[in-house]
Amino acid sequence: MSGIIIVWSVTIAQLVLVAAMACALLRLVRGPRAQDRILSFDALYVGAMLLLLTFGMRAGSTVYFEAAVVVALLGFVSTVALAKFLMRGEVME
Amino acid sequence: MTPLADLPVWAALLTGFFLLLGSVLTLLGSIGLLRFRSFYERIHAPTLGTTWGTGGVLIASIIFHSVLQSKPVLHEILIALFVTVTTPVSLMLLARAALYRDRSEGNDGVPPFETVAEPRDEQRRSSNT
Amino acid sequence: MSALLPYPLLTASLLVMWILLNGLSVGQVVLGGIVALAASLAMAALQPAKPRIRSWDMIPQLLLIVLVDILRSNIAVAGIILQGRRLTRTSGFVMIPLELRDRTGLAVLACIITSTPGTAWVEYHAGSGRLRIHVLDLIDQQAWIDLIKQRYERRLMEIFE
Repeated sequence: MSGIIIVWSVTIAQLVLVAAMACALLRLVRGPRAQDRILSFDALYVGAMLLLLTFGMRAGSTVYFEAAVVVALLGFVSTVALAKFLMRGEVME
Repeated sequence: MTPLADLPVWAALLTGFFLLLGSVLTLLGSIGLLRFRSFYERIHAPTLGTTWGTGGVLIASIIFHSVLQSKPVLHEILIALFVTVTTPVSLMLLARAALYRDRSEGNDGVPPFETVAEPRDEQRRSSNT
Repeated sequence: MSALLPYPLLTASLLVMWILLNGLSVGQVVLGGIVALAASLAMAALQPAKPRIRSWDMIPQLLLIVLVDILRSNIAVAGIILQGRRLTRTSGFVMIPLELRDRTGLAVLACIITSTPGTAWVEYHAGSGRLRIHVLDLIDQQAWIDLIKQRYERRLMEIFE
């Protein structure tokens, strides 16, 4: 019983998260400006991180957690670097 | 899939509820990202995904792994803390970058730069260019 | 105390984070303690301004208010997204004169305002202490100014100043 509930809810959640990532990807392609693309990239990596967590629940292991942490870290650093780049045209001071 | 059968039904229901809540909120945020017309409206949309969207999935994950391993598994809190601290930073930087770009191009619908206040380093540079 | 532990809060939270990541055992506690101590000593070499917290009992209250507010505005913004284009909605910038000057308090306020869907921190002028936010569903400017000042700024000033 509980196995069925978990498998179904995880599957639906994964489909919903993939749809969310697809929306963000569409905005990423559409633009129109660089800041829109960076914003949708930000949303994209949050979706990827949540998707990794649902994979971890499906497999019943916590290994995916580390991957999710790495995705979150890389996403934050790249978003900040890109936003900084927009402001000055150069990343480092 | 054999260990999943050991899970009590209440934990499974709770996990499923929070999981669906989180993922649906993330989807709504992304739809908003697609639908809103100006950048400053769009900047509100992803916060749906990073607050209760992430929160819902993380709560589901905590409940699931804690009940499955019958000991508290709390390291998901680290992701929650990290996302809570980092999202404002990246969104603020993006908003300021967008404002700076719009001002330097003279676009409409952007509040003018205040000369009353002591200009910061970035803005002083922007007024020169 | 102050020489060995310049930032007790930072050291403690680093240790907790280490234990959460690696599991609770004597070896990990010792190793995490060493790492946390080294990191806090390295932090002391950077000499950041030390935040002073005046009233601890205000923090849980603020945390609860913020969590409930984020949930409420999540629902509100989800409603706006689902309504789509049928309803005309005005969004715009609001200028808020702040009295809060403490850097940590301002950082916490930035976190609160940005992570609440519907409001976004846009810019802050340190000289005049004026803050500009963008509001998604802007009906009454004064109501937003009062909300930010009454609900968050007053409590943050009690905590930090």
